[in-house]
Amino acid sequence: MALLQIDNLTVEFETANGWFRAVDGVSISVDKGEVLAIVGESGSGKSVAMLAVMGLLPWTAKITADRMLFEGRDIQNIDPAERRKLIGKDIAMIFQEPIASLNPCFTVGFQIEEVLRIHLGLGKKERRARAIELFKLVGLPNPDERLSHFPHQMSGGQCQRVMIAIAIACNPKLLIADEPTTALDVTIQKQILDLLISLQAKTGMGLIMITHDMGVVAETADRVVVQYKGRKMEEADVLSLFENPKSNYTKALLAALPENATGDRLTTVSAFFDGTPEPAEAR
Amino acid sequence: MTDTLTKNTMLEVRNIKRDYELPGGLFKPKKTIHAVKGVSFSLERGKTLAIVGESGCGKSTLARMLTFIDEPTSGELYIDGDKIDTRPGHLTSEMRQKVQIVFQNPYGSLNPRQKIGDVLGEPLAINTGMSAAERRDRATEMLVKVGLGPEHYNRYPHMFSGGQRQRIAIARALMLNPKLLVLDEPVSALDLSVQAQVLNLLADLQDEFGLTYVFISHDLSVVRYIADEVMVMYFGEAVEYGTRDEVFSDPKHEYTRTLFKATPRADVESIRERIAKKKTASAA
Repeated sequence: MALLQIDNLTVEFETANGWFRAVDGVSISVDKGEVLAIVGESGSGKSVAMLAVMGLLPWTAKITADRMLFEGRDIQNIDPAERRKLIGKDIAMIFQEPIASLNPCFTVGFQIEEVLRIHLGLGKKERRARAIELFKLVGLPNPDERLSHFPHQMSGGQCQRVMIAIAIACNPKLLIADEPTTALDVTIQKQILDLLISLQAKTGMGLIMITHDMGVVAETADRVVVQYKGRKMEEADVLSLFENPKSNYTKALLAALPENATGDRLTTVSAFFDGTPEPAEAR
Repeated sequence: MTDTLTKNTMLEVRNIKRDYELPGGLFKPKKTIHAVKGVSFSLERGKTLAIVGESGCGKSTLARMLTFIDEPTSGELYIDGDKIDTRPGHLTSEMRQKVQIVFQNPYGSLNPRQKIGDVLGEPLAINTGMSAAERRDRATEMLVKVGLGPEHYNRYPHMFSGGQRQRIAIARALMLNPKLLVLDEPVSALDLSVQAQVLNLLADLQDEFGLTYVFISHDLSVVRYIADEVMVMYFGEAVEYGTRDEVFSDPKHEYTRTLFKATPRADVESIRERIAKKKTASAA
């Protein structure tokens, strides 16, 4: 049984020009201990699909799916109170902007202990000990001192480490990382990716990496889903995706990488791909 | 020392420095931040110099000094054979016309209440005595050149996508026919497919107008593609400086090597290697 299984997910938003379909019939499944990358450009619906899983979309969004199962349990029509117990504990998420996703008014120690208090009901001393342990795990220096720091006193990379510590605080079964390294420098990006992958290997959780960076995909993923304009264009394991891409869109994306440049101009996506999404029937 | 200036040198920078003073408080002494600690380089006409480094290494401060937004604390700046007097009030409008800048974030660098036509016409209105009709013609012409259309003249920035906005920012920078264009991370906010289009546009414009680029980036794959020369900055110092092939094939400084190692590689061999490593790790 897959850890997370989504069949035929569609998300629509109402706009002045009628319903806009942000995600169009996407099916995704992740197994335990697997790293799945969802690649796509901005507007491809990759984040929206995952926000739908987390139940974080505004009520104006219309979400329909044939099935949305987490460990065989329906999470589409789940009771809000039940969902709150699940989210943040068994399914956790890391967002793109580390500094913006922490609350600037509270110390990072308070923010991580809040998770431990609500989901695990730990006592004050236990919480502190666990928080220090988590900070050590994500590689923050002087963890006990750090607990009383505010987000603005830390760098972007350190804030992202705090976010990861909060996300893994309750040993989640599934971690969704939404562009976790886009706002960071390359050297810090490497450290954060290494940290995520080593945590994933250690705990055996499922990991979904949402990204637009083919380099990040190549460095982390087991399996890849390529999305374009809300549709799934291709799904393949990472090696066959890079070696032998099936859909024209993936071919175009790979050709647009500067390192694959031939001659003195880059191949643009339009050279391969006319913009009409073709569904990924050919697996 | 002016003998090193050849006719072909577009830009020469000698031992340029920039300090920022942090004001002290009642119990806090004054502090000086050395953002750029003595950087020198020279760049030939029509070539591209890429400046690489992590955030806070002083690369954007250097860009601001090259475009006269910030005054250097010390050091000399030669552009197109002339020594630049960077003191406030001593800059002529011809000097300002020679150097233009494109900023990183196309969402932040365009005024949301200004129509595209006005964005493009403003540099002409300030720096030249062109009539409104002339300005309009020039702006429309430039829109076509950067791959947009005359119909975009009366639109507002919010009606454009990120890639289109970056084209507008590039068009604005080119309105005064500059010789040197400073590009501060021009593609890092863009999607991969759009990034390729903008990089191609920059290459086309360089060929057409003989532009010299100072290209600031943290993405080594982009740098490798676009640069003739590469400078790596680390904590305000240039730790590595040479032609692209020198720097990429034989990095001298420890930091450059760290940078290369940290860059994600998207070739099939390294994926294969990683998967093999993972298999042996899980088997053990």
